[in-house]
Amino acid sequence: MDYDSAVVVSQITALFLFITLFIGVLIYTFWPSNRAKFDRAASLPLAKDPDDFVGGGRNGR
Amino acid sequence: MKHEILEKNSILLTVAILVVVAIGGLVEIAPLFWLQSTIEKVKGMRPYSPLELMGRDIYIREGCYVCHSQMIRSLRDEVERYGHYSLAAESMYDHPFQWGSKRTGPDLARVGGKYSDAWHREHMANPRAVVPESIMPGYPFLAKTRLDYGDIADRLKALRIAGVPYTDEQIAKAKADLEAQVRPDSDAAEALLKRYPKAQVRDFDANPKMISELDALIAYLQMLGTLVDFAKFDASGPNLR
Amino acid sequence: MAETTGGRRWLSVADGGAVLVALIGAGLGAMLAAKGSDKVMMLHGLILATACLVAAFAVLYSGFRRPVYASAAGADGAEAYMDGPVRVATIATVFWGVIGFLVGDVIAWQLAFPVLNFDLPWTNFGRLRPLHTSAVIFAFGGNALLATSLYVVQRTTRARLFGGWLPWFVVWGYQLFIVLAASGYVLGITQSKEYAEPEWYVDLWLTIVWVAYLLVFLGTLVKRKEPHIYVANWFYLAFIVTIAMLHIINNLTIPVSWTGTKSYILFSGVQDAMTQWWYGHNAVGFFLTAGFLGIMYYFIPKRVVRPVYSYRLSIVHFWTLIFLYIWAGPHHLHYTALPDWAQTLGMTFSVMLWMPSWGGMINGLMTLSGAWDKLRTDPVVRMLVVSVAFYGMSTFEGPLMSVKAVNSLSHYTDWTIGHVHSGALGWVGMVSFGAIYCLVPWLWKRRGLYSLRLVEWHFWISTIGILLYITAMWVSGIMQGLMWRAYDELGFLQYSFVETVEAMHPYYIIRAIGGGIFVLGSLIMAYNIWRTVRGDESADTAEQPEVAAAPELRAAPAE
Repeated sequence: MDYDSAVVVSQITALFLFITLFIGVLIYTFWPSNRAKFDRAASLPLAKDPDDFVGGGRNGR
Repeated sequence: MKHEILEKNSILLTVAILVVVAIGGLVEIAPLFWLQSTIEKVKGMRPYSPLELMGRDIYIREGCYVCHSQMIRSLRDEVERYGHYSLAAESMYDHPFQWGSKRTGPDLARVGGKYSDAWHREHMANPRAVVPESIMPGYPFLAKTRLDYGDIADRLKALRIAGVPYTDEQIAKAKADLEAQVRPDSDAAEALLKRYPKAQVRDFDANPKMISELDALIAYLQMLGTLVDFAKFDASGPNLR
Repeated sequence: MAETTGGRRWLSVADGGAVLVALIGAGLGAMLAAKGSDKVMMLHGLILATACLVAAFAVLYSGFRRPVYASAAGADGAEAYMDGPVRVATIATVFWGVIGFLVGDVIAWQLAFPVLNFDLPWTNFGRLRPLHTSAVIFAFGGNALLATSLYVVQRTTRARLFGGWLPWFVVWGYQLFIVLAASGYVLGITQSKEYAEPEWYVDLWLTIVWVAYLLVFLGTLVKRKEPHIYVANWFYLAFIVTIAMLHIINNLTIPVSWTGTKSYILFSGVQDAMTQWWYGHNAVGFFLTAGFLGIMYYFIPKRVVRPVYSYRLSIVHFWTLIFLYIWAGPHHLHYTALPDWAQTLGMTFSVMLWMPSWGGMINGLMTLSGAWDKLRTDPVVRMLVVSVAFYGMSTFEGPLMSVKAVNSLSHYTDWTIGHVHSGALGWVGMVSFGAIYCLVPWLWKRRGLYSLRLVEWHFWISTIGILLYITAMWVSGIMQGLMWRAYDELGFLQYSFVETVEAMHPYYIIRAIGGGIFVLGSLIMAYNIWRTVRGDESADTAEQPEVAAAPELRAAPAE
């Protein structure tokens, strides 16, 4: 392959891959049935800290 | 049952990440190995002589690359300041490359022959003796340290595995060639020049009693950028820049 | 606390395995110490052997001392979190941070006053600069990532760390990597690939540690009790997986001898340059960005007690960021002998990268909406938020500098150094400080930090230090770039190189002062952390926000 075709192929491939990935991610993100899943996930760090479920104190060994 | 799917999901996520991050590297790096035009065809490039190689290894050891680049960009001021812009071919035997990323000091891609050995000796001992405003550290210990080249043949062998075309003869004679490069007008020096054209043969550190690390470093600096004859270089080829 | 029977038991199979592995490592180290073909290899063999013996002893000691629990489970059958390794990594973050910043300031003074190099091999700038960069990136940043990732993955999956002794191996094995790399630099052992300077045997060791890290992290995700994997873990996982890939490929090398330190990199010239900056830029993208975005996505919501602004945005942010970042490497090689098509790709993707970066920044900042008053009342929140602002600033500056025309001026100058430090001190530093200030009371079961007032001091001192640093570097960098290309009226280059060096002197002094102020801030942090760990409290401990206390010590139900 010569230089010019390498330029075209690499740049078109990159663009195509990126757009595909981007649209795929958008579809996944805005798929209606995923909404509940994301809402739950978003609250994960704030869920009552389950630290206390063994009463703490034990150094993780 | 359900747990199984979840387990798969975290593995799936890992695989998806790996695929997504592998693409960029594949597209950008792999073609450099098989596109013929990446490295120009030039005359004069040869592997480093044993003494130059030891000097290069000292250059790496002392971290010279953190302040000095060896890559003249194709910009007007750089070409006027440092010389012809660097070709990919000029670093084809550089494992690893020394292009650098910062010029706290000037570019060294074509420093070979710009200064005398005496200048380099003084500069290494105390940079401010020759350039009062310099902020380079001094390296007085190089002149006092005996060069340890016991494994020079092994170094050449390792480089041959990495793709540098050292011949069996060059490897067998590595030690002799290294010693010959500081002894001008000897038979061994003639043999060295046959194996490494354009190699400079001198007592670089002006201390005939020992081959010092300074000998090796100056030998390396004095050959940088001197191999390709730009009077004969044809820049027309498939031009990448 | 679980019931104990009072008896003692023999070692478990896992304990025995760990001891066996440690003894094999000790044997290997002893062999290298005796038969290494150079002195540094012998020293490093000795260090390895000692570390392995200490590890074997520690496993035996704790194995015999351990009371008989129902394995790792508590009395109620639930698993306890494993926080020992997290604590070690947290302390290591503070320790290496102070050292790394200090070495950085020393070499800043060396550039202003070269006499400070002392003309000795092990104190010259060329050897200390890799020590500084590795100490701050891998020792400080790496430990911050280890500590936070191992903490966050447990809390967001409700699962104990996977792997028995493995998390301990990861944390201590990583410290051994740091010691081997750092002592090697000072003694002149380097591959000369920036941010990948450790030689082949240290790289191999890091590979082993890193695979163990991936196993621990992934194993914990696999056994999680939450259906969804929280987005912070995605970023951590991308960081671990990608760094493994980059590290292995960029460090492919041919050792001169199996018992010696020296090796030659497999690739050469232009291919090596591309591989190196593919690695180098993504050390920034995945080590210093993706990993620390994991911190942002957990610690900001946690500290302001609000879910992240938009979870959907975080998903788009994640995939676009990791896809785009990996292409950006060639912008380090504009106008060099790298083919033009690669340079153009690098520039294009770098400019596009601006968008996901700012998407992430907006997501972090807007998490505070409705709670902006916390910026005023809680200096820890302020630290986290200012870090995100610095992230936004440097991810705007980065794409700008990747444009070829700008790069022709900025490359090889201090502008790059300034850019790196606005990211490193402002983003990575501040977000890590914020996370540490959160973590320490939580890990050591304290009611809060020893002193929030000292955090306030740390915040202002660091901010001033950073601003002095980056403004000095902007001026000196742009000035030097302009001087290099200045022509006089006769069409000759106007300045010799050394004239540009001379012109930078005042800015080097300002930079070193700014760096010194930043070091001072880190010392204040170290003091505050030390007092907090000791259990000391000051007047303001009681006034700290509820969330500053360890979960079990919060008065009201946590949220």
